[in-house]
Amino acid sequence: MRSFGLALLAGASVLATACASNPPPEPTPPPVVAETPRVAPTPPAPIPTPPQPTGPAAGSKGDFAAKSTDRVYFDYDQYNLDDSDRRSLATQITWLKQFPSTRVEVQGHADERGTRDYNIALGERRAQAVSQYLQQQGIAATRIQTISFGKDKPMDPGHDEAAWARNRNAYSNIIVEAIS
Amino acid sequence: MRQLKLLVIALAAMMGMAAPAAAQLRVTVVGEEYVPMRIAVPDFNASGNGAAEIATQLSEVLRNDLASSAVFQLVDKAAFIERDLSFDMAPRYPDWQVAGVTAQALVVGNVIVNPVNNNMTVQFRLYDVYGSVQQFARQYTVATPLNWRRLAHRVADDIFSQLTGDGGYFDSRMVFVSKTPGEDPLRGRLAIMDQDGANAEFLLAGFTSVINPRFSPTDQRILYGAYIPDPKYPGATLLRTYLYDIETGRQEVLAEGPNSLDYSARFSPDGRSIALSRAVGGNSDIYVIELARRTQRRLTNDASIDTSPSFSPDGKMMVFVSDRGLGPQLYIMREDGAQMNCPKGGRETACRITFDSGRFTDPVWSPRGDWIAFSRQGDGKFSIGVIRTDGSGMRILTDGYQDESPTWSPNGRVIAFERTASRGAGPKLWSVDLTGRNVRRMPTPRDATNPTWGPLLKVEAAQQ
Repeated sequence: MRSFGLALLAGASVLATACASNPPPEPTPPPVVAETPRVAPTPPAPIPTPPQPTGPAAGSKGDFAAKSTDRVYFDYDQYNLDDSDRRSLATQITWLKQFPSTRVEVQGHADERGTRDYNIALGERRAQAVSQYLQQQGIAATRIQTISFGKDKPMDPGHDEAAWARNRNAYSNIIVEAIS
Repeated sequence: MRQLKLLVIALAAMMGMAAPAAAQLRVTVVGEEYVPMRIAVPDFNASGNGAAEIATQLSEVLRNDLASSAVFQLVDKAAFIERDLSFDMAPRYPDWQVAGVTAQALVVGNVIVNPVNNNMTVQFRLYDVYGSVQQFARQYTVATPLNWRRLAHRVADDIFSQLTGDGGYFDSRMVFVSKTPGEDPLRGRLAIMDQDGANAEFLLAGFTSVINPRFSPTDQRILYGAYIPDPKYPGATLLRTYLYDIETGRQEVLAEGPNSLDYSARFSPDGRSIALSRAVGGNSDIYVIELARRTQRRLTNDASIDTSPSFSPDGKMMVFVSDRGLGPQLYIMREDGAQMNCPKGGRETACRITFDSGRFTDPVWSPRGDWIAFSRQGDGKFSIGVIRTDGSGMRILTDGYQDESPTWSPNGRVIAFERTASRGAGPKLWSVDLTGRNVRRMPTPRDATNPTWGPLLKVEAAQQ
């Protein structure tokens, strides 16, 4: 049972990885179809084709991934946020304010060039740096939890400088979605 | 539940005269280094059903233990001249002194399986060859021959203790995290094995993402962390700290999030308390929890990372990692949190003891109290090293791509650690002694991380 739960988790992080492993800033948001109000469907439904894929449902995990930069990156042995991180987090804050019933788990990660205990401490600091910033910007502390995986859950399985840079991050994982 | 207790029906120093204490044969120690002693260990004699095979295997395990310590140099069997040794007669000393043999010590043993009740007796004599005298003799009787491996380790510990004056460490076990290459790196199962790699098996079938197990220095309990799915929010993860008794199978949760992150827990020397790192609201500090009453004390209160606490063997001091300076360094403090005189001067509640350009993590205070082991990162490498508790005498013992997670043998003479040999290689377990010259791979069935060395196993003497 436990391993099943973890397998799900791992699957989710692989998905997130796939989105985020593009060069960190990805300034090409998909067309904003999902944001148009879905409440007033005009009577004549023109072509009743099978449900068309219009992107992730508003307020869902996928919606968060599509509309915000869900991962911020850190320098070696560092856990402070820079301007670029705060710009990324601004996209998360916008979304979290739009969907106040959601909840986020901030996961802190470290690269493999460090010992396990210390990397857990580093990952925890990174997750907390994000959590504190979200709170400063008006997200309730009760909607946020943090966890550190240290070096044991790398998004990039590589063993070079580029992989290590990607693996020093804090990832915002939506754990309660806003979908009815 | 594991069969753990060695039932000793008779445990007696025996037979013949021991050498006068003053004349005892001892391994020569120069500084920290042993001058290896030449020792001959012929296969033990055997009588009784199945005894011959056990005698051969037991002798092999005994020789491997002694050789692995690098304190001894085993005399090649092919060189032996006297081949009809009797347990009940003194050896022909000149045969063990001649050129080509030159054994300083000789072990003669006997394995007897009782045909009536299947009890097994293992007896041995340790001779000082050049003194031409028996130095030590002992006999163990156990209820079943199945435990012959433990007896081999006991005999090795007896010989090690007799000839070095130190405690032994062969009759002990090691817990580690077993990793399967190619799997999600977060997955890791708790496993246990004898100190020499035998009898490896998994513990706790259900737990698949275990980190940082830590053996009790007094008994067969361990602390460990496990990532588990958050029962409240599927998709989220908690890091729980567990206390697990290997003998009874009982376990309990000591700490879990999500409002604080507890990790890096380690027992006090008496096994009654634990020290751990607790992160609350973005700050990791060190706490001590007394296990019986669950009372908590906070020891550090600093805005920096404070983690990886490890007690001194008298329980009065602690070493830990902090980045309050520049990067992670080792600090010592009193267990009661009071101010102390720092080795480098000044009066503080925590004194820094590492000052070079490296980054120091994973400190572990030796059970002898004389050294602190650590992992040092510098010059693109991670090495295992030791430093005196006042910050003097630092020595680097290993030179690997990434060596980390040191753990002391029960006698404080050997350090096991985790090594990633090269970029992308799977982690394995290795050991090194205090000389730094005896670096050995410890066999594990798969990849392995986070070794933690348990205490000497207990012997239960039964009434006859």
